Amino acid sequence: MIGAIAFYVFALAAVAAGFMVIAARNPVHSVLFLISAFISVAGLFVLMGAEYLAMLLIVVYVGAVAVLFLFVVMMLDVDFVEMKQGFLQYMPIGFALAALVVIELITVLAFWAFPDEATLARAHPVPTAAETVADPNGPTNIEAIGLVLYTDYVHYFQIAGMVLLIAMIGAIVLTFRMREGIKKQDPAAQVARGKDVELVDIGSGQGLS
Amino acid sequence: MVDIGLGHYLSVAAILFAIGMAGIFLNRKNVIVILMSIELMLLSVNINLVAFSQFLGDLTGQIFAFMVLTVAAAEAAIGLAILVAFFRNRGDIAVDDANLMKN
Repeated sequence: MIGAIAFYVFALAAVAAGFMVIAARNPVHSVLFLISAFISVAGLFVLMGAEYLAMLLIVVYVGAVAVLFLFVVMMLDVDFVEMKQGFLQYMPIGFALAALVVIELITVLAFWAFPDEATLARAHPVPTAAETVADPNGPTNIEAIGLVLYTDYVHYFQIAGMVLLIAMIGAIVLTFRMREGIKKQDPAAQVARGKDVELVDIGSGQGLS
Repeated sequence: MVDIGLGHYLSVAAILFAIGMAGIFLNRKNVIVILMSIELMLLSVNINLVAFSQFLGDLTGQIFAFMVLTVAAAEAAIGLAILVAFFRNRGDIAVDDANLMKN
C-alpha cells in the first residue's frame, strides 16, 4: 500500500515536472523542473530496487548535467520571451502527436507480461524486486552490478570512459578560443632570451656593485 | 491500482517520452529546451530499461541504462558546447534560421 502511494507520488511528480520543462516560460525554471523530474525518477528507481542507478542519476544528472544546463542558460544573453513564440502555433500538432505516441506505447506496454521462457534466457539472473522483498539477505543491487560490470562488461565500462574522455576533449575544443591582448607567460620566449642576459659571478660575502 | 507492476512503470516512461517529443515540437526556436527534451526522452528510456531489468530479474538492463546515462551526459556536454560556439558566432540561438552552411 505504502509502495503504491509512493509510486503514484513520484510518477505524478515526474510527469508534472516533465510537462513544466517544456511549458515553462523561463528556461531557468525549465532547468529547475528538469532537476525535480530527475529526482522523482530516481525515487521510482529506488522503488524498483535499482538503488545504484538512482544514486547515479542524482549524482550525474542533477549534479552535473542539470548544473551545466543552468550555467549555459544563465551565460547566454538571449531574449527568451521572444523564443516562446511559435509555441501556440505548434501546440495542436505537438500534443496530437504526443497523445498518439502515449496511446500507442501504453497499448503495447501497459499489459506486457513476460513469457515463462523469459526467465530461462536471462544473461545475469538476480533476484527480482518481489524476490528481494521476500528474501532480504540476497546480494544487494550494487554488489550484483559490481560483480557483473567489472567482469563480463568490463570492455563496455572502458568504452564508456572513452566516450566521456572524447566528449570532454570535444567540449573543450569547441569552446576554446584564442583571445587577443591577454598577457600570459610564454616559457619558450623567456628561455630564448638567453643571449641578451649577462651572467655575473658574485663572490660570496660581496654585493653587486 | 494498488498492485504496482511492470505496466505502471512502462506507462510513466511512455508519458515522459511523449512529453519530451512534444517539447521538441513546441519549442522550435529554443535549442536549450530542445536539449532538455532530449534528456527527458533518454530518461524515459532508462526507466524502461530498469523496469524490464528489475521485473525480469536480469541485471543486463541496468548495465545498458548505465551506458545510456554515460552517452546522455556526453551528449549534453557536446550539445551545450556546440550551442555556446553557435551563440558566439551568431549572437542568438534561434535554430529556425540556422542555415550558415547553406550560404
